[in-house]
Amino acid sequence: MRGVRHYPGFLALTLVCLTVLYAPLLVVTAYSFNGSTSITQWGGFSWRWYADVFTGPESARFGLAARNSLTIAVLAATAATLIATAASLAMVRGGRFRGRTASFALINLPLMVPEIVTAVASLIFFTMVGLRTGYGTILIAHITFCIPFAYLPISARLEGIEPFFEEAARDLYASRFRAFTQVLLPLMAPGVISGWLLAFIISLDDFIITNFVKGAGMETLPTAIFGSVKQGIKPNIMAISTLMLAASAAVVTLSWLINRRGQRSP
Amino acid sequence: MAAAIEIIEVVKRFGATTALESLTLSIADNEFFTLLGPSGCGKTTVLRMIAGFEPVSAGEIRLFGQNIAALPPDRRPVNTVFQHYALFPHMSVIDNVAFGLKMKGVDLAARRARAGKMLEMVHLSAFAERLPAQLSGGQQQRVALARALAPEPRVLLLDEPLSALDLKLRQAMRIELKQLQQDTGITFIFVTHDQEEALTMSDRIAVMSAGRLQQVGTARDIYETPLNRFVADFIGETNLLPVDVEAISQDASRVRLPGGGALTVPGTATPGRHTLSIRPERLVPDPAGPLKARLERVVYLGTDLHLMTRLQDGSGLVVRMQNSARSALPAAGEVLSIAIEEGAARLLAD
Ligand SMILES: Nc1ncnc2c1ncn2[C@@H]1O[C@H](COP(=O)(O)OP(=O)(O)OP(=O)(O)O)[C@@H](O)[C@H]1O
Ligand SMILES: [Mg+2]
Repeated sequence: MRGVRHYPGFLALTLVCLTVLYAPLLVVTAYSFNGSTSITQWGGFSWRWYADVFTGPESARFGLAARNSLTIAVLAATAATLIATAASLAMVRGGRFRGRTASFALINLPLMVPEIVTAVASLIFFTMVGLRTGYGTILIAHITFCIPFAYLPISARLEGIEPFFEEAARDLYASRFRAFTQVLLPLMAPGVISGWLLAFIISLDDFIITNFVKGAGMETLPTAIFGSVKQGIKPNIMAISTLMLAASAAVVTLSWLINRRGQRSP
Repeated sequence: MAAAIEIIEVVKRFGATTALESLTLSIADNEFFTLLGPSGCGKTTVLRMIAGFEPVSAGEIRLFGQNIAALPPDRRPVNTVFQHYALFPHMSVIDNVAFGLKMKGVDLAARRARAGKMLEMVHLSAFAERLPAQLSGGQQQRVALARALAPEPRVLLLDEPLSALDLKLRQAMRIELKQLQQDTGITFIFVTHDQEEALTMSDRIAVMSAGRLQQVGTARDIYETPLNRFVADFIGETNLLPVDVEAISQDASRVRLPGGGALTVPGTATPGRHTLSIRPERLVPDPAGPLKARLERVVYLGTDLHLMTRLQDGSGLVVRMQNSARSALPAAGEVLSIAIEEGAARLLAD
């Protein structure tokens, strides 16, 4: 069979795609090291905008937003991972129960519904039940849309674990609970960890839903960046963006490495 | 003293399919008991019900006289050696072996000492700190054995534990397993579809087919006095001859052989068509023999020879002979007279 790379125009198409995808990132990353105050004129290599991020006039605002983003991402990823783990156990190990298909659809719903719809619906819902928008509503919304992202790697991992390990544990006098904690959970761990990391990234990165449910005066890093860009793009935004890109890449790489290690030793 | 395991009229259904139809068995304490049967006959299902992974659909299982229906697997003093071993991949060999003791609440020093002793018993002391993935199949099998024996169960269930090993290792493990059972005094229930394995190790064998018990007995019983066609055919090799029962005395029957000869065999049956089972090694070429058969070919087996012959009525007959230089080999096409050793022919129930 001929490989895909033998199709005519393969190389050109690949280059176009890569350019469209990555050229903007390269530009942002390169210009974050720009020494001038212009965003289009190159003024030599410099760390000044990174210094500006941490000490400049906007540093307090971005610092607070970053702290909100991080704590929300950690809390949302943790809650979503717990829920997704329980859901995986029910879906993969729970046998056939009524509403199984419906549950599966429900878990994955946030992947299917357009984000803007979820955003509007969440805001309306919070208003209707009388919840004041702010940190709490952001957290609730993030937990909800993080669940399917945590669920996918966890359930995939669980499906790959033969049920005879749990049976062996039960046979050797482990209660249901200890069979889970001593045997199943350690075997699931790579899936659980990469589920958490994925949820973490998704939460850290979210803008649309957050922007709707955050309320006045509350900022996460993406909404703060958006707010700042509305007044014109300054080079410090490029430095912040580059930092976020680096953090995301690090987390995704970590998640991938953990998953790969898990696959090698089932 | 109560039997180790009593299985009383146990039925097992999976939805519409019936995996076991009313099984009744009694297994004595300290016995090496084998469940033997072809794939899909329900052997694993029996073990899983004893271990507690599957509930019975009807009937009762008693362990030393106690009905165990209500006990979950972790409350039954029964351990399993799984077919694929199911060693915990994230634990070292010694932690695997000590797992049952840990769950039973034995303290660290005591369980490590006992696990160490178990590893010594299966000659794996040098591998204590390795992960299961770093062991060969045979070594994993012995770890699984040590792990199941460490908590001193009253009954050990073994589900085809040797099937993944090569022939030489399998033969060596048969002897080791038997020795281990005698040394520990634990009741072994061993599952296999390999009749040779069953014959060499077991105190008693239950032959199963399609969810039904066919015969229970010692290796000698089931080999020499098979009750029915399935058992005769499944255990070892046999010749099944169609015969007519002509006369019945107290405990013997007179049968007409294919080709006209007559023979008196132990056991009684209703007059009419029946099947006679005769092992190939109990047939001998003999000018005075009642069977006349044409030799078609000779199959060389090393220590033995198989004479593939055909009777006048067209049914095949295999005669097994020792391969010795002293006797001259008959030639293909020759018509031989064949004698049946005294008491070697069994009249089958079906
Ligand atoms: N969980 C199940 N659901 C439905 N049918 C089952 C289940 N487990 C076993 N069976 C059926 O019950 C019958 C007996 O299965 P079992 O596994 O006990 O056979 P076995 O004698 O151990 O065979 P093998 O030698 O292949 O392991 C088979 O027909 C099988 O398809
Ligand atoms: Mg089986």
